[in-house]
Amino acid sequence: MAERVSLTVNGKRHDMDVEPRRLLVQVLREDLGLTGTHVGCDTSQCGACTVVLDGSAVKSCTVLAVQADGSTVGTIEGLTPADGLHPIQDAFWGAHGLQCGFCTPGMIMTAADLLARNPDPTDGEIRHALNGNYCRCTGYQNIVAAIRTAADEIRTGAGATPAEAESGAGAASAAAAG
Amino acid sequence: MATELVGTPVKRVEDRRLITGKGRYLDDIAMPGMVHMAIVRSPYAHANIKSVDTSIARSMPGVVDVLTGADVPYNPLPMAWPAGGSAGIQNNVNTPRALATDSVKWQGEGVAAVVAETAEQAADAAEAIIVDWEPLPAVVDAEAATKPGAPQLHENAPNNVVFEWSVGDKDGTAEAVKGAEVVVKQRLVNQRLIPNPMETRGDIGLYNPGTDEYTIWMSSQTPHIQRLLLAAFVMGVPEHKIRCISPDVGGAFGTKIFCYADYVLVLLASKRLNGRPVKWVESRRENYQATIHGRDHITYLEVAGKRDGTVDAIRVKTYANLGGRLSTIGPGIPTTLYARVLSGCYRIPNVYAEVVGVYTNTAFVDAYRGAGRPEATYVVERAMDLFADEIGMDKAEVRRRNFIPPDQFPYENPSGLGTASGGAKIYIDSGNYEPALDKALAAAGYGDVAAAKADAKARGKLLGIGLSSYIEVCGVAPSKWIGAVGEGWGAAMWESANIKVHLTGKVVVTAGTQPQGQGHETTYAQVVADELGVPMDDVVVQHSDTQGTPFGYGSYGSRTSSVGMTAAIKAAGKIREKARRYAAHMLEASVDDIEVEGAEYRVKGSPDKKKTLQEIAFALDLAFDAPEGMEPYLDETSYHDTPNCTWPFGTHIAIVEIDEATGVVDLKRYVAVDDVGKKINPMIVNGQLHGGIAQGVGQGEDGSLLSGSMLDYAVPRAEWLPTFELDETVTPSPVNPLGVKGVGEAGAIASTAAVANAVNDALAPLGIRHLDMPLTAPRVWKAIQDARAGSSNGHGNGKEAKA
Repeated sequence: MAERVSLTVNGKRHDMDVEPRRLLVQVLREDLGLTGTHVGCDTSQCGACTVVLDGSAVKSCTVLAVQADGSTVGTIEGLTPADGLHPIQDAFWGAHGLQCGFCTPGMIMTAADLLARNPDPTDGEIRHALNGNYCRCTGYQNIVAAIRTAADEIRTGAGATPAEAESGAGAASAAAAG
Repeated sequence: MATELVGTPVKRVEDRRLITGKGRYLDDIAMPGMVHMAIVRSPYAHANIKSVDTSIARSMPGVVDVLTGADVPYNPLPMAWPAGGSAGIQNNVNTPRALATDSVKWQGEGVAAVVAETAEQAADAAEAIIVDWEPLPAVVDAEAATKPGAPQLHENAPNNVVFEWSVGDKDGTAEAVKGAEVVVKQRLVNQRLIPNPMETRGDIGLYNPGTDEYTIWMSSQTPHIQRLLLAAFVMGVPEHKIRCISPDVGGAFGTKIFCYADYVLVLLASKRLNGRPVKWVESRRENYQATIHGRDHITYLEVAGKRDGTVDAIRVKTYANLGGRLSTIGPGIPTTLYARVLSGCYRIPNVYAEVVGVYTNTAFVDAYRGAGRPEATYVVERAMDLFADEIGMDKAEVRRRNFIPPDQFPYENPSGLGTASGGAKIYIDSGNYEPALDKALAAAGYGDVAAAKADAKARGKLLGIGLSSYIEVCGVAPSKWIGAVGEGWGAAMWESANIKVHLTGKVVVTAGTQPQGQGHETTYAQVVADELGVPMDDVVVQHSDTQGTPFGYGSYGSRTSSVGMTAAIKAAGKIREKARRYAAHMLEASVDDIEVEGAEYRVKGSPDKKKTLQEIAFALDLAFDAPEGMEPYLDETSYHDTPNCTWPFGTHIAIVEIDEATGVVDLKRYVAVDDVGKKINPMIVNGQLHGGIAQGVGQGEDGSLLSGSMLDYAVPRAEWLPTFELDETVTPSPVNPLGVKGVGEAGAIASTAAVANAVNDALAPLGIRHLDMPLTAPRVWKAIQDARAGSSNGHGNGKEAKA
């Protein structure tokens, strides 16, 4: 009954047997122990489960694990370099872009996707990009500021590139992903 | 002593784990042998349970246990804050059982629970439980529920009334209204809302058959209180046999204060399974059905005064919808926390409020961010606007003329905060409201509104500006006031902190409070590091586990900074004092000759004779050479009971544009001038204000009752909100050494009224006098259409309003 699925998560390949009804987020959290990706709703509204799948931000509660067979997946754990923070993470910290932190990994993965497509977004473009991600603590203001700061930081050459962010592969896993 | 960290925007120490995905929320915890629970919930708002057939479910794959109401040997959940407290007010109390036995009173009340090896198996088996329902007529509107012929929910609550409570001078207010030059009446609806923390609730129960001890991990704001309630009121388990732990909590906003049925179920199930850990994680759908809702008031308002702008009286009758059964402190919210602060920041000499708590076939209502005070602010701020409209006076001017003047503090308001005897009165201790109003008006460009309206009109838009001047009462009261008035948790309301300076000089602070995103690990560390003169990196703050932290009442009511951190300051003072005594011993000096600066303990006049706190801790913790009578270790605990509540205030201004063709409300600008006293961490304070404003704006603009999921419920999105423009005045609180007041709820208290007033201001040129929330596009559009068709439909002339 289980299906054989191959996933490359944060640069590491996993071959596993997965029940067809299991969601990508369940496999990430429960089978691979990557609990940084959160579940905040059951209708694909909140975006807490956002990961980067084959280069695009998706809600991992809306993807069956079997649909992701053969794909590469980047999560918040993979975005984090071994020896520091990704510029988006650093910017969220510096700008107080989080309070309870529950939405934060999804926000950061969405921001990584946005900055990969649009390295210099306006505040309006940032707010538009966040439409699929709810936050109840911050009123979004400092999240917008954090993403703007991160965009500036990445464009001026410091830290990881958006391409790395997009693949979900930080310094730790970039080589393996390559 | 000189402060260095307090008052500065220190980056949060919590954040590294949260931004890297290493936070540990309830659902992130897994244990060997863990099984999963699903709860079967009522599909009916009101029904009798004729039978529950669990036979199919029991035989399904992975199922290890099935529970129905008959299997739960415990008391119903507690209700700890009756209206009027111990003052003799009749409260017709019905609280939920862990699982309903005979009937359900709202859609979502639990009737059975299934425990299985996996969450999917539990969910599958829950679907297979067959309940034979006898559906009954339901009522969801609080006012309608009290009328003759309404469906009756509880035998002990005729007309569905939980309580009838009043406060203020009834006769005096009646006289003032009767003799007034101007009386304005209006029916106001403050609609029900769903708080929506991003993390739903959840718990893991673990019973140890070897020790007969229960441990529960819970996404809770109040682990100590939950242990007390579960032990003493529900399960009858000795308090020292229960341990409650809150891991990282993903937002709460009040919803995680209370005692919920699932706590009981996971512990009972673990016991029945001889100690297997039992996990239950609430789905979002369940969160909408089975975690508390907020607000839901219907209020008949009368505001009376003179044509010179003086408001002489406010009289209200409020129907407060408390749901199908009572949550832990449901009745306390629309009484103590609403009616007692109804006159807000205004010197209104006559205030009288009648509050009827009502059962309806809806989810229970309890404290949501602001809890009672946003409802009061909505009433008094709509009252100010309606009164200003009636007498043709500028709305800012009416507010200005009625503010409590700065020389009137401490001020006792007429709705009874000061009713306790024996020196335990609560009074509004400080405030200076006009500067905040003026700053907000200037920032918003209030003088240019007419031009802005004309400009908007030319673009097919209706521009409106809405003011909201508010006060908040934080800390939730000195214990002796609660005791004397009989209102409150039925418990004390102090807070606690313990500080240990360990042998290597590192400092561990434990506190009875419980963060849910506020950054307590940072702010407590700022305060204690300053108090002890040590680097912040040398201080760690631990919380949220009844094992290892002193008892505390938890975090809600914006009380942690003013009450909890004062306890930490007191504990630090004790540490300093003991360190000073030991330094005298080490330096062979008299205690009186030891002066303390930062972490240095020096002999006066001999600055080279000194010991650092780290050296003292090392020596005293080893205690090889402790003087006679001195106990080893730097380890001190303090309990702080605030002498009075704290009173943030401010003025918020919303500017909206309404599209005349569609009714869509666009929040163009939002200006907030808040006075929260001194700030421990201004970055965190601003973050709290942003979030509170967004939540309150969300209530004003959106919201729906017919919502089963986030798909249908209008949680504010980034794109709907402008950049909030914040400013401040600073009036330190006189009741704590930090001068702080609390900030967790201020944004949510002020913002709903500001938006509602702005929308009503925008609609005023059409002859619309009052439109209730939620101010959704269809509602606004219909009001515009009705106004154009010449039909008031209750939106227009206040004299037609029901009274």
